[in-house]
Amino acid sequence: MADLTTTFCGITSPNPFWLASAPPTDKEYNVRRAFEAGWGGVVWKTLGDDGPPVVNVNGPRYGAIWGADRRLLGLNNIELITDRPLQVNLDEMTRVKKDYPDRALIASVMVPCEEAAWKEILPRIAETGCDGFELNFGCPHGMAERGMGSAVGQVPEYIEMVTRWCKETTDLPVIVKLTPNVTNILGPAQAAKDGGADAVSLINTINSITSVNLDTMSPEPMIDGKGTHGGYCGPAVKPIALNMVAEIARNPTTHGMPISGIGGVTTWRDAAEFIALGAGNVQVCTAAMTYGFKIVEEMISGLSQWMDEQGHARVEDVVGRAVPNVTDWQYLNLNYVTKARISQDDCIKCGRCYAACEDTSHQAISMSEDRVFEVMDDECVACNLCVNVCPVEDCITMETLAPGALDERTGKTVEADPANWTVHPNNPSATAAE
Amino acid sequence: MTEHLRASGVAAGRVSQDSIDANFSDLHPAYAPHEAMVAADRCYFCHDAPCITACPTAIDIPLFIRQIATGTSEAAAETILEQNILGGMCARVCPTETLCEQACVREAAEGKPVEIGRLQRHATDTLMAQDVHPFTRADATGKTVAVVGAGPAGLACAHRLAMHGHDVVIFEARAKGGGLNEFGIAAYKSTEDFAQKELDWLLQIGGIEIRYGQALGEGLSLTSLQSDFDAVFLGMGLGGVNALALEGEETDHVIDAVAFIADLRQAEDLTALPVGRRVVVIGGGMTAVDAAVQSKLLGAEDVTIVYRRGQEAMSASKYEQDLAQQKGVRIVCNAAPVGIEGNGSLSGVTFAYTEAQDGKLVVTDETFTLPADQVFKAIGQTLAETPEALKLDGRKISVDDVGRTSVAGVWAGGDCAAGGDDLTVTAVAEGRDAALDIHATLAGAS
Repeated sequence: MADLTTTFCGITSPNPFWLASAPPTDKEYNVRRAFEAGWGGVVWKTLGDDGPPVVNVNGPRYGAIWGADRRLLGLNNIELITDRPLQVNLDEMTRVKKDYPDRALIASVMVPCEEAAWKEILPRIAETGCDGFELNFGCPHGMAERGMGSAVGQVPEYIEMVTRWCKETTDLPVIVKLTPNVTNILGPAQAAKDGGADAVSLINTINSITSVNLDTMSPEPMIDGKGTHGGYCGPAVKPIALNMVAEIARNPTTHGMPISGIGGVTTWRDAAEFIALGAGNVQVCTAAMTYGFKIVEEMISGLSQWMDEQGHARVEDVVGRAVPNVTDWQYLNLNYVTKARISQDDCIKCGRCYAACEDTSHQAISMSEDRVFEVMDDECVACNLCVNVCPVEDCITMETLAPGALDERTGKTVEADPANWTVHPNNPSATAAE
Repeated sequence: MTEHLRASGVAAGRVSQDSIDANFSDLHPAYAPHEAMVAADRCYFCHDAPCITACPTAIDIPLFIRQIATGTSEAAAETILEQNILGGMCARVCPTETLCEQACVREAAEGKPVEIGRLQRHATDTLMAQDVHPFTRADATGKTVAVVGAGPAGLACAHRLAMHGHDVVIFEARAKGGGLNEFGIAAYKSTEDFAQKELDWLLQIGGIEIRYGQALGEGLSLTSLQSDFDAVFLGMGLGGVNALALEGEETDHVIDAVAFIADLRQAEDLTALPVGRRVVVIGGGMTAVDAAVQSKLLGAEDVTIVYRRGQEAMSASKYEQDLAQQKGVRIVCNAAPVGIEGNGSLSGVTFAYTEAQDGKLVVTDETFTLPADQVFKAIGQTLAETPEALKLDGRKISVDDVGRTSVAGVWAGGDCAAGGDDLTVTAVAEGRDAALDIHATLAGAS
């Protein structure tokens, strides 16, 4: 039986499933329920300065997009950090940590970009017994306009500066939470590392408008006829998050820095994918908000089963296993040739592959009068679109041509040796193959 | 209210009003809006979709389903009605299990097709609930067309002709239009007076007059129609019924299934409609099933369909057969009636088992008698007397691909015309296509 115990930048939790700093972790009541349900850790909803708490809107805070059966695919929010007094949160955190010493309790923090503010609040929070800090440099709405959240996360110099202040103040692990609302995630990640961060966590939410009400001409979620960009999360953002995690994991100067993977983790498989791309654990929010805390049971059982099947004893044995296979386009083997293959036994004759290929791709699928669809190897560029639009899983597959086989499209024999763009004759800056 | 299931003979009020209401409620109830969205999402939007090919009226099914899925059921209804002006009724009565839904690729994939019929109903109901008629007439052509029969073929023909600017007069034998939609077809397939509602909605196009109580051969002749109108379309259906040719066939309570169904469809109060305690239905088609199931729903204790060939040869679809059996109707196959029992007062029907000899069906010596106090004959309908000038093809009016009869200027479609299944949707297609040919002919003549 796989051991899911995870030690992430020195913080041990019984499993790698943490709840992200968000409404589910706003108060003692919720967090106790989460721990009872089995979550390995919780990042408490972001604490702000002492003093009058922030206020939230009194209309809708969330917008969403759905599949046809109301499956929630993406969620956005315009909620701010905790709107409860600091001391109330601290007292609750203290009680919870005392009752659940084996679970990770992380304090998310966001105060103005002033050294004194950070250096004053961290020791106070540390008294709760929390296991570490997560610096919220990610929230894209509300707080950003006040010079916090993503306003910091978008400026690497600020990230480094604030991280350094925090590291000078506390011995507890400091995790820097990054915003995806940047052109290149490596700058902020590097800045966190340079500032001494123990880990990064990403992604925070993505600037978004979920929809427009075409009757009132107002963006959703709508507050009295107006809307503002909110932070997008949920299953729809996972591919963006996976890429950013992988970028940090494979970049030579940030490689090895612990990463807490966030962004659309909904099932154990999503978690395994983040971990394979370099995340040491994952944080979950939207899935819990959609289905409740009980989903962690599936995450735990699913990850355990998969690890057992694969022969992985510990989570750390999986971390980063896929990272060596993430590369740049120019290093992809151009001598790797595949062709689409349609299983006539599985084909239900819907013709979607034909429409897709004929209308939008390479006219490489033929259709007979009696609806038999066949791939024409002399036209197939192996784009994989037919595979993706086919409603029957594994009905269309990609077959790899063996070295020595003829690629009927190019008229060339498949080479055994790999060759990529860097050595391709069409590349003006190609280096001659040795 | 006490139920009188076991009262002998033919009696009314076998079950309570509540039971009647439940028994005759919609067989395929309307979707709630969310159900429709989920059902629509199952459509794969196939290329050159097989369901379109399978539809006699060639409705663009993937398109209308996508229109439902994107929240524009009104546009979906237009897509349907453009091809099939009786799309609302067809959504209810089409044997979709042998047409579009049989062809659905999800039927092949998982034995569970997209529910095209119910989705079609969702779309057409949405539009009709708004009392919107989405079609308008072209400029008047000054041409007039006589249509005989206000059933599906006649109505489809008349509507398409009216759209093209022709003036149409429909001559209908009965006091009400709709044809089999109104007088045939099981009540649980067309609830809440839908046939009349659809007829009224269809007439909103304008340019169509219906003259009731006028049947061909009864004061109305083909030659007079030919001289009074620029073209004639015959869509009067099948007015006659086949007989058993057995002694005692005139006995009380041995009746045509179509007459029983018509009475049932027109009954104000189904608790007042008499039905036998033991009912025998002879035949193997949709009419046999409709009569048998409705007898059962009215409270008949024993209902048996007896069909002379094997069950696989029944023209009622598998779905209809299953429905009958699920409602408690017994189906006996390979038996033909050989005697009406009871000496002038019906007591039963004697059947002989049949078998095929040299490809011909013959009765054997082995017989059995089913007790019966009501017998419905559902062994097929025939063309009533037709003008001699019309050439027949078998027992129906001979027509070409676009419905032209052997007489110039006379078209025919629906059940009275040869070719095609005797289905509402087929009749609509034939009426529509004949209208297009009439229009082309009249335009060429002007």
